[in-house]
Amino acid sequence: MNLWGPAMFIGVLVMIFSGYPVAFALAGTALIFAGLASIFGQFDLVLLYALPERTFGTMSNQVLLAIPFFIFMGIVLEKSKLAEQLLETIGVLFGRFRGGLAIGVIFVGALLAAATGVVGASVTAMGLISLPVMLRNGYDEKLSVGVISAAGTLGQIIPPSIVLIVLGDQMGVSVGDLFRNALIPGLILTGGYATYVAILAFFNKTVAPALPEHMRSSGMELAKQVVLSLLPPLILIVVVLGSIFAGIATPTEAGALGAVGAMVLAMANRSLTMSALRLAMEDTSRLTIMVVFLLIGSTAFALVFRGLDGDLWIESALTGIPGGALGFLILVNVVVFILGFFIDFFEIAFIIVPLIVPPAVMLGIDLTWLGIVFAVNIQTSFLTPPFGFSLFYLRGVTPPEIATTSMYKGVVPFIAIQLVVLAGLIWVTVPK
Amino acid sequence: MIRWLALVMVLVGAATAILRYSSRGLGLSLNLTPTTELQWYLFSLIFLLGAAYGLKHDVHVRVDVLYSQLNPKNRAWIDLVGHVLFLIPFCIVMLYVSWPAVQNSLSIREISPDPGGLPRYPIKMVILLSFVLLVGQGYSQILKQLRILRGDADQQPPGVESQHGAGP
Repeated sequence: MNLWGPAMFIGVLVMIFSGYPVAFALAGTALIFAGLASIFGQFDLVLLYALPERTFGTMSNQVLLAIPFFIFMGIVLEKSKLAEQLLETIGVLFGRFRGGLAIGVIFVGALLAAATGVVGASVTAMGLISLPVMLRNGYDEKLSVGVISAAGTLGQIIPPSIVLIVLGDQMGVSVGDLFRNALIPGLILTGGYATYVAILAFFNKTVAPALPEHMRSSGMELAKQVVLSLLPPLILIVVVLGSIFAGIATPTEAGALGAVGAMVLAMANRSLTMSALRLAMEDTSRLTIMVVFLLIGSTAFALVFRGLDGDLWIESALTGIPGGALGFLILVNVVVFILGFFIDFFEIAFIIVPLIVPPAVMLGIDLTWLGIVFAVNIQTSFLTPPFGFSLFYLRGVTPPEIATTSMYKGVVPFIAIQLVVLAGLIWVTVPK
Repeated sequence: MIRWLALVMVLVGAATAILRYSSRGLGLSLNLTPTTELQWYLFSLIFLLGAAYGLKHDVHVRVDVLYSQLNPKNRAWIDLVGHVLFLIPFCIVMLYVSWPAVQNSLSIREISPDPGGLPRYPIKMVILLSFVLLVGQGYSQILKQLRILRGDADQQPPGVESQHGAGP
C-alpha cells in the first residue's frame, strides 16, 4: 500500500497544530512531501506548474468574490450601530413578556446572522449589548449566556452565510441552492431555540422575568422605534436574499448591492462615520487575505496529495466503512464535529471537504444537503464546550463574575436542539 | 492603502449589478465586461498585495490551541522554523513556477478573451510581486524572531492581534 498519502495527512495535522499559520503550513508540507516523494520517484515535480493556473483561478472566481461583499455589509451594519439599535428595539418589543428578552436575542441573532455571517462578530456584538441588559433584569446567567452563544452561531447556517458560499465553491454546488436549502433548518433552529425559552419561562417564573413597566415604551414611541430601526435592516436582508432566491441576482451581485445598501442605511441613520467605514474596509481586507491565502495553501496541499494518490486512500477508507451512506455520514460527521473544536470553519472547508466529496458522490449523496449537514454540524461544534469558538468569543466579553462552568451548562439545552436538527438533516441526506 | 480597494470593489460591484439590470430593462446592450473584470482585479489586488501585510500583522489564521499556551520564545521558534522551512521555500517555488507563465503573458501582451476585457498581463505580474513581497516580509519576520530568541526584543510577541496596522 502507498503510505505517502497517510504520512502527508498526519504531517500536515502536526504542522497545523503547531500553531504556525495554516495557509503556509499547508503549502510548506505540500512542498516537503513533493520533494521527498520525487526523490523516490513517486511524484513528478512538473505537477507544481499547475499552481499558478490554480492561483489565477482563485483570483477570477466569481463565487469567492461574494465573500468580501457580505463581510463588508455585515461590518457596516454592526459598526454603524444599526445592529445595536435593532437589538434594543426587539428587546423593548418582546421584553414585556416573560422570556421575551431572550427570544428577542434569538431573533436578532438570526437577523444579524443573515447580515453578517461571521460568528465572532455576532456573538461579541450581542454579548456586549444584550448580556448586561438581561442580567440587570434578573435573567438567569446560565440562560443568558446560553442564548447569546447559541444565537450567535446561527450565522453559520442562515443565509447569506459566508460558510455556505465557501462550501458552494468547494463542493461545486450552486450557492443559491445552498442558501435556499439552509433557510429551512435555519428557521427550524431559530424556532426551536425560541420555543425552548418560551416553555422554560412559562413554567419557571424567575429565570427570565418580564421587563419592569418603566423600561417599556409603548404606542407611538414604540411604533416609531420599530419603523426606524427594525424595518430598514429587515428590508435590506429580505431584498438581498429574495433577489438571490428569485434568481434575479447572483450571490455576488446581491452581496455588492447589500454592501452599498448597508452604507445607505447607515448614512440615513447618520452613523456612517469615518471610523466605521475604515473598520469595515480593514476587516474586509483582513478576512479576504486570510481566506484566499488559506485557499492557495490548501490548493497546493491538494495538488500534491492527489499526486501521491492520497485521495484514493481517503476514498477507499471512506467508501469501505460498514453501513453504506449512513455509516459514511455518521463517521464524517463525527470527524468534522471533533475537528470543529480545534480548527476554524474555513480550514475544514478547504482541507477536509474536498476529500469527502468524491466518496459522497460515489455513495449517491446529494451534495447540497451534505453542505447543509456540514454547516449545522460545525455550528454545533462551535457551541460545544470546552472548545467551542462561540464560547471563547463570548467569554471575552462577559464579566468575570460569570463562571466558565455556568457558560458550559447554559449551552447544553441548545446543543440538544442542534443535535436533534442535525440528526434530522442526516436522515434527509441519506439516499433512499 | 489596501483597504480602500475594498470600498472601491464594493462600489464597482454594485454599479455593475445596477447597470446590468437597468440596461436590460431599458433594452440597451452595454458591455459590462470591463467593470465585471475590474471587480475581481480589485479582489485579487487586496489579497495579493495584502499577503505580506497580513504576515506582519498576523492576519493569517493559526490553530492556537497549543500555540496560545506557549511562551514568546517557543512561539518565536515555531514561527522561525515555519518561515524558513515553509514560507520562504513556498514563495520561491511559486515565483519559479509562475515566472514562465507570466513572462509569456507579458511577451504577448495578453488581454482578456472576452470582448472589451482588460489586459491580463498586469494582474498576472502582481502574482510575482505578491510573492516577492512575502519573501521580503518573511525575511523581516525571521529577523524579528531571532531578536526575540536572543532575548533583546521588547516589541510585541508574535500571535498578538494588531488591529490598526497601515497597509504597505
